[in-house]
Amino acid sequence: MRDKVILTLGVLGTLLMAWNLNTISNLPNDALQGYIFRIIFIHVPAAITAQVFYTVALGCCIMFLLRKNFFWDSLAVASIEVGTMLVLVNLVTGSIWGRNQWGVWWAWDLRMTSQLMCFLLYLGYLLLRPAIAEPTQRATMSSIVGIFAYADIPLVDMAIRMPGVRTQHPQPVLETGTLAPIYRGPFGIGIIVLLLIGTALILLRLNQEHAKREIDSLRRQLHAA
Amino acid sequence: MDEKNVRFLFMGYTAAWLIVMIFVIMLVRRGQKISAELMRLRALVENRDQN
Repeated sequence: MRDKVILTLGVLGTLLMAWNLNTISNLPNDALQGYIFRIIFIHVPAAITAQVFYTVALGCCIMFLLRKNFFWDSLAVASIEVGTMLVLVNLVTGSIWGRNQWGVWWAWDLRMTSQLMCFLLYLGYLLLRPAIAEPTQRATMSSIVGIFAYADIPLVDMAIRMPGVRTQHPQPVLETGTLAPIYRGPFGIGIIVLLLIGTALILLRLNQEHAKREIDSLRRQLHAA
Repeated sequence: MDEKNVRFLFMGYTAAWLIVMIFVIMLVRRGQKISAELMRLRALVENRDQN
């Protein structure tokens, strides 16, 4: 059943992405930035989708600490892995966009640095897990790190909204109304595409975590014999 | 300027989908390893139970 859901989400996401890419290529150029502006349709949706998955992971980390049910730990690690991949997409596309528009690959401003910190914090979460062999201890420590890492997300959000903070990064395009109405449709579909593909990957990863738990259980049986 | 713009846009989308593809390939390979290990352990447990 879950395999069918994964396949459906993956196929739907890919088809929608192909359709959206066609729409994006036919859009008029941005008056100031020209052709490169189209990178916004992958750069911003990647960041938004990653934050959605990190929020899911935060809920799962809290649920694991409260209930000690390993399902929540599995869902947390699956969401964080996919979220971290999307943050990497956001950082790389942002860097390429920055090089084109600002002439530099990287600027150490608050938005970009806090997003890099976010990537490194969650990378720390993923690197911590294989270092702890005992499953309950691993899940508990990971959940604590997962909750701690989420503290960076409000900073990423506020970095371009805080009064008095000067950043190289532009203001949020949707809230300030600087995104032309013609661009809003493909922008929203870009988010849906990444949500569909990301959810398919999370479910796939969840299957693997279940199989890993069965492996742990079989190993314990063999060692007990 | 437009040509340079197109080149950077192409770079951006290529990099993005390359990251996603590498992630998917890593996920599939890890899945295959996990499945193989699961089969091996199940067979070991079955053999042990029969003996």
